[in-house]
Amino acid sequence: MSSIAFFGAVESGLLFGLVAFGVFIAFRVLDFPDLTVDGSFPLGAAVAATLIVTGWNPWLATAMAMVAGCMAGVVTAWLNVRLQILNLLASILTMIALYSINLRIMGKPNVALLGDETVFTPFENWDIPFYLINPIILTGFVLVVFFLLVRFMTSEIGLAMRATGVNDKMARANGVHTGRLTILGVAVANGLVGLAGALFAQSQGTADVTMGVGTIVIGLAAVIGGEAILSTRTIARWIFACLIGAVLYRLAIAVALNADWIGLKAQDLNLITAVLVTLAIVMPRMKLLKRRGGQA
Amino acid sequence: MIQVDNLEVTFGADTPLENRALRGLSLTIPEGQFVTVIGSNGAGKSTFLNALAGEVLADNGKILIDDQDVTRWPTNKRAGLVARVFQDPLAGTCEALTIEENMALALKRGHGRGLSRSIRHEYQKKFQEKLARLGLGLEKRLGDRMGLLSGGQRQAVSLLMATLQPMKILLLDEHTAALDPKTAAFVLELTKNIIEEQNLTALMVTHSMRQALDVGERTLMLHEGNIAFDVEGQDREGLDVPDLLALFSKTKGEELSDDSLLLG
Ligand SMILES: Nc1ncnc2c1ncn2[C@@H]1O[C@H](COP(=O)(O)OP(=O)(O)OP(=O)(O)O)[C@@H](O)[C@H]1O
Ligand SMILES: [Mg+2]
Repeated sequence: MSSIAFFGAVESGLLFGLVAFGVFIAFRVLDFPDLTVDGSFPLGAAVAATLIVTGWNPWLATAMAMVAGCMAGVVTAWLNVRLQILNLLASILTMIALYSINLRIMGKPNVALLGDETVFTPFENWDIPFYLINPIILTGFVLVVFFLLVRFMTSEIGLAMRATGVNDKMARANGVHTGRLTILGVAVANGLVGLAGALFAQSQGTADVTMGVGTIVIGLAAVIGGEAILSTRTIARWIFACLIGAVLYRLAIAVALNADWIGLKAQDLNLITAVLVTLAIVMPRMKLLKRRGGQA
Repeated sequence: MIQVDNLEVTFGADTPLENRALRGLSLTIPEGQFVTVIGSNGAGKSTFLNALAGEVLADNGKILIDDQDVTRWPTNKRAGLVARVFQDPLAGTCEALTIEENMALALKRGHGRGLSRSIRHEYQKKFQEKLARLGLGLEKRLGDRMGLLSGGQRQAVSLLMATLQPMKILLLDEHTAALDPKTAAFVLELTKNIIEEQNLTALMVTHSMRQALDVGERTLMLHEGNIAFDVEGQDREGLDVPDLLALFSKTKGEELSDDSLLLG
């Protein structure tokens, strides 16, 4: 594999690391199966690209993309907490609605960022191989988010959020406003996914309304993969595992796509990811069943 | 002081499965009183405790805590006034979190939560002191996940957690029922000591009539969503299990066997 392909995979792995953080908050911390992600990823891209094209400062545009992602999360969680719609269904409703909204925001199916200033532009003339620039900047982004997220999860509110996910009755008995924390958590999760979408659009130079398809499955693959390889003993390690899972996952995919003898094409990715996630979910259970069978 | 006035809770109202779990229950508990509650399965004991905690909202009637009407308050808002230990050791703690995280969560009951660190050195010292008195060696295991502890250890920690902050009433719903006899005795002893020391107002549900008479200062029996009898002071002293059964049939005009209470 060429250096360009390798670092391209690292770059996308870092971006999906942000998605993995979001998926981690929803699925692991809150136990809230949230598919909004497939809509909030292109939402972040659409908001950032549209604002940048109209001349906004790319940093502000990226921040707005995050806010938009948060709002999408608020809608999903609100449908669940206030209107008592099943969490999975609530997230599907938001995801579907976002498809229309994203088209409205962009006014067309895609927006190209040709020669517009992005958050990566100031570093373009850096005196290192061009394929290293984006991975380095994204590493910076991801590490900042990582530290903030760990700090948040170990705070009083973060602890209350974790309790809400694992034992909401106990959390309420200890004075935790579980509904409010669910809304906050799903909002933060989708804000991070919106940020990933915004950075993805800027690194690829385009935002497309269909770019969200499968985001959730890749995010899940990252989380489950990371958990399988690394320790999840503390919350910091667990979150770090999600990031590593995302990078390794993209690298593995790049390797597979590069090996001609496998005969994989890019369009097979979603199928492969879905199969891998299914296996990752089922395998530990199979082991358990076997062990039980052996005892009986 | 806890005042409950004509409390009614109906599950599945206006359906074929309508179940009037509480039927106009009234009760006043003065501050510092330790009340034990007995009653057969389905009598409404857990529902009564859930109604006090806010987990179940009353369809009718009033609940006042220190003259404040909390009838419509949700659980989390009442948490500053009501602390509880659940029957199921898994229910009262988070097994995925560590001992210190569980305690840190309980430490903020009734207080606002912010972005400052949930675990601090001074908290850890406090937790260690509290845990040390259990004599279970848990003070050296602050960072262990709760899921690693036995049921009895978890109930003991739950009890400590419930009493980290002041409360107006402590609710204990058969909190020793899931434990083996020896551990149950240990947790009950701990309960008695803590309630006495901190002079807590407490309501403890138990399935054992003997235990209901042995601990606390007042005993209630619930039956079909209401109070069948309520004894305290001199009337209660010297009572034995057969006396309770007699008391029940006298007030209710029904026979109740020892077994139906003890074994359900
Ligand atoms: N959430 C609920 N939905 C419907 N019915 C309920 C619910 N909770 C309790 N009940 C019913 O209300 C009645 C009172 O139940 P409760 O749990 O209060 O009894 P209990 O006195 O605690 O009994 P036990 O000794 O078995 O714990 C029962 O008939 C029960 O089936
Ligand atoms: Mg009960």
